[in-house]
Amino acid sequence: MRALAGVEDEEKWLAEGIAGIQHNAFFMHRALDANNLREVLKYSALMLSELRTSKLSPQKYYDLYMRAFDQLRQLEIFFKDESRHGLPVVDLYELVQHAGNILPRMYLLCTVGSVYIKSKQAPSKDVLKDLVEMCRGVQHPIRGLFLRSYLAQVSRDKLPEIGSDYEGDANTVMDAVEFVLQNFTEMNKLWVRIQHQGPGTVREKQEKERNELRDLVGKNLHVLGQIEGVDLEMYKETVLPRVLEQVVNCKDKLAQYYLMECIIQVFPDEYHLQTLEALLAACTQLMPTVDTKIVLTQLMDRLSNYAASSPDVLHEFLQVEAFAKLSNAIGKVIDTQLEMPIVGAMTLFVSLLTFTLRVHPDRLDYVDQVLGACVVKLSSVPKLEDSRAMKQVVALLSAPLEKYSDIVTALTLSNYPRVMDHLDDGTNKVMAMLIIQSIMKNDSCISTADKVEVLFELIKGLIKDLDGTNVEELDEEDFQEEQNSVARLIHMLDNEEPEEMLKIIYVVRKHLMTGGPQRLPFTVPPLVFSAVRLVRQLEAQGGNIAGEDVPATLRKIFQILNQTIEALSSVPCPELALRLYLQCAEAASDCDLEPVAYEFFTQAFILYEEEIADSKAQVTAIHLIVGTLQRINVFGVENRDTLTHKATGYSARLLKKPDQCRAVYACSHLFWVDDPEGIKDGERVLLCLRRALRIANAAQQMVNATRGSSGPVTLFVEILNKYIYFFEKGNPHITPSDIQSLIELINTEMLSDNGNTTIHSDPFFSSTLRYIRFQKQKGGVMGEKYDSIKL
Amino acid sequence: MNFLLGAFKPACNISITFTDGKNRKQVPIKKDNGQIVMNPLFQSQETIAGKIHIDPYQGKKVEHNGVKVELLGQIEMYFDRGNFYDFTSLVRELDVPGEIYERKTYPFEFSSVEMPYETYNGVNVRLKYVLKVTVTRGYAGSIVEYQDFVVRNYVPPPPINNSIKMEVGIEDCLHIEFEYNKSKYHLKDVILGKIYFLLVRIKIKNMDLEIRRRESTGAGANTHVETETLAKFELMDGAPVRGESIPVRVFLSPYDLTPTHTNINNKFSVKYYLNLVLVDEEDRRYFKQQEITLYRLKEEAS
Repeated sequence: MRALAGVEDEEKWLAEGIAGIQHNAFFMHRALDANNLREVLKYSALMLSELRTSKLSPQKYYDLYMRAFDQLRQLEIFFKDESRHGLPVVDLYELVQHAGNILPRMYLLCTVGSVYIKSKQAPSKDVLKDLVEMCRGVQHPIRGLFLRSYLAQVSRDKLPEIGSDYEGDANTVMDAVEFVLQNFTEMNKLWVRIQHQGPGTVREKQEKERNELRDLVGKNLHVLGQIEGVDLEMYKETVLPRVLEQVVNCKDKLAQYYLMECIIQVFPDEYHLQTLEALLAACTQLMPTVDTKIVLTQLMDRLSNYAASSPDVLHEFLQVEAFAKLSNAIGKVIDTQLEMPIVGAMTLFVSLLTFTLRVHPDRLDYVDQVLGACVVKLSSVPKLEDSRAMKQVVALLSAPLEKYSDIVTALTLSNYPRVMDHLDDGTNKVMAMLIIQSIMKNDSCISTADKVEVLFELIKGLIKDLDGTNVEELDEEDFQEEQNSVARLIHMLDNEEPEEMLKIIYVVRKHLMTGGPQRLPFTVPPLVFSAVRLVRQLEAQGGNIAGEDVPATLRKIFQILNQTIEALSSVPCPELALRLYLQCAEAASDCDLEPVAYEFFTQAFILYEEEIADSKAQVTAIHLIVGTLQRINVFGVENRDTLTHKATGYSARLLKKPDQCRAVYACSHLFWVDDPEGIKDGERVLLCLRRALRIANAAQQMVNATRGSSGPVTLFVEILNKYIYFFEKGNPHITPSDIQSLIELINTEMLSDNGNTTIHSDPFFSSTLRYIRFQKQKGGVMGEKYDSIKL
Repeated sequence: MNFLLGAFKPACNISITFTDGKNRKQVPIKKDNGQIVMNPLFQSQETIAGKIHIDPYQGKKVEHNGVKVELLGQIEMYFDRGNFYDFTSLVRELDVPGEIYERKTYPFEFSSVEMPYETYNGVNVRLKYVLKVTVTRGYAGSIVEYQDFVVRNYVPPPPINNSIKMEVGIEDCLHIEFEYNKSKYHLKDVILGKIYFLLVRIKIKNMDLEIRRRESTGAGANTHVETETLAKFELMDGAPVRGESIPVRVFLSPYDLTPTHTNINNKFSVKYYLNLVLVDEEDRRYFKQQEITLYRLKEEAS
């Protein structure tokens, strides 16, 4: 009937009900004032009869109930005062039961019952037992719920709990518990019953209405949780089994979900811990439509918070084998609830994992177990596509990373990569990035080849193209960032032990080589530098390590380096390769491995010749080559000549004159190394400088010819500086007159260049001159050298 | 108020007092005209004694052929109103014929009177006890005065008092088992019991327990039966489900009940029934009636 009625009608009925209550309450109050018991009972019963309506929704009914409730408080005060009505409370208790209609009768009985208990003329437990029994007469769900809720309310402060005024004999707590339990059970039954009334078309509405009523039921659990004197044993033996029995048996998803939630929220954590088995067993018996995962998640959250609250409680967790139980239960739930979406299962695993990490941070095997279970579940379903599920998996994988700041720990989890395999490529990369970031953040060093192997297996999404990845979709910036991260990661792989380090390098190389042309430019350099670092380390401790192995090891490393850099040719990326070759050459030189260094140089030159065509790149390359070559001292005369000759030759063949000039004067350094054992071939230095001067001249003339004015004299000044350098270093072939004539040349050039320009217009030149003057004035050996130069 | 005298003014005033009238319990009795009057209460084997005062008006003298007092137990059937059947009749002669000039008092006593039946006011029948004083006169008609009194008889609790327990039902529709703790209740008793629902396939709206009185009068072919519902007590509100057990607790004291009377002087019987009624949402009624015996238990210290 009610379902078909409109909202307006309902408003009307509510108004009528309220009016009825007010009307009768008026007469009741008159009778109260007159202390006329008979009239009081008559009008209060009439007033309460308004609550017999079936027309209102729970919300409206609540409104009505509250109005009656207020009146009943007045009535209770009257009942309490025997002098006003003249009847002993026990007689009153009988008298109100004469009412013909059950609902008013029960409300009155509860009200008098409350007074009866307060009078202490009968034990609280007996009165309560009677009341809760008699309430069975109201089987209408909504009316029954409100009646029992009234009973719960008036009895709340009159339970025979320990320490209360109404405490009874030895079993007193049990009596209190028994009463609340019974009321709870009955209320839940009524609540569930709403669902099964009325046609299916209003199911949804009913569900909504039921939700509005749920707190009436849950209140009982709240009370149970607050009864003084319920100890763990009683909770374990009586309270929980009874509540759970009701929860499981009611077979109603709304109730089961809500009540489980209540149980978890209301009772203390340590009780949960001690009764975990029962609680979890109940979870597995819930209806398949119940969202068990949320329930379990809440439970685990609470327990993990509890564990986190104090280290003292941890042993309890161990004692009850909390993890094993939870893990089992989750397994069962997932197995039985076939309809649970994968995201649900994943959420559960995440919770379990969080729990484990908090409670048993030392038990990596637990973590692995969780991940293992997760793998099993994931394998049983087709490829993950649900993005929410994916998120959960990421959360699952991130949790250990956050917990163990040392990534190494996570690497020992055998199931970790297996879980990662189930991610789609995008997520896989995100996850890989997370792992790398975690390593970076914690500055953790991965120090064994095995771990490196595992790690690279984990981040393989970044290392190489996975099958089916659509390359075009990649965002350039993202890609770069990813690869940069990988590059950074490589530097975190370190071991003091050269042997192990070598293994690490092998492993890394193996993985990186699969990366394809796009990745290599990012990943090869760090690898090379990492290897070079090892080389330097080996070289530094050369004597310490057992004899002959060292050179062998070194050679091996250089071989790898060579091959690695070679891989870059496929990209192609000659400039980079060139730099790396030069680095290696230098390293090899430091290790006294002349052939190796030579080979690297050869490679570099080949690259220069064959691959580097851009003139600017050539200039840079030449300078690099020269710079490196200059520092290398391992070569024998022959090799060195070959190389320097080549370098000088390249220099002279650069396209632009100024470039040529600069390269050539740079080459001069190849013949003069400023250390005791360095080569000091003054003549060739002079040759180079002269050549540079010639080129500078030619350049000047070219400019003159094409532009009508000679360009700046910078080149000359630069060459002058070189002259001064070598002069100071004591090259016998550089004479003060050379410098003198060069200065004059520059002056002339500057004058001829432009009439307007003053002599000192070029700051470089003027500061050079200032330097010479300074040296002259300073005197000493150097001053004397400069003496002959006239400015 | 002797209507037989019609317009004549009575020559004297007759009043009847009981010996222990001041202490004797009075009970309310509803008279024909609806008035409720208080009458003294007696029980069987009691001695009914008192005084009768005859008070002539203003010096008038009352001539009479004798004064007597009768104790009558009468049954009156309403279809035969005015015609009393006396099942008990005792007479005491108080005075020989003569004249009364002034107030005169006669003591009387009926000792250990057998009054087997209780006063009863039913729908179709009434049983009452009355003291009738007659001043017999020859010419002007006798002067008569009545005094009703009430008789209630108390019995000890029955030695055997079984509970009533029964399973009833409509196939595939409703099966219930009910139990009342006794089959015999005293008038201030409490009916305790429970209704257990074994099967519920109908939508029950509520369940009441009715107390019904069945009064049968006459005999043989002329038997007339009248049933009244004296109490309607709601036991349950709403629809129970299978397995529910609903408590029964009905106090009998608020209701106007009498003991069960079986075949009173071959004139009438009064029986009581408990009627359990279930009403479904279409207002169909399902019921089961059980006879109970009511008896009057001696009230303590009242």
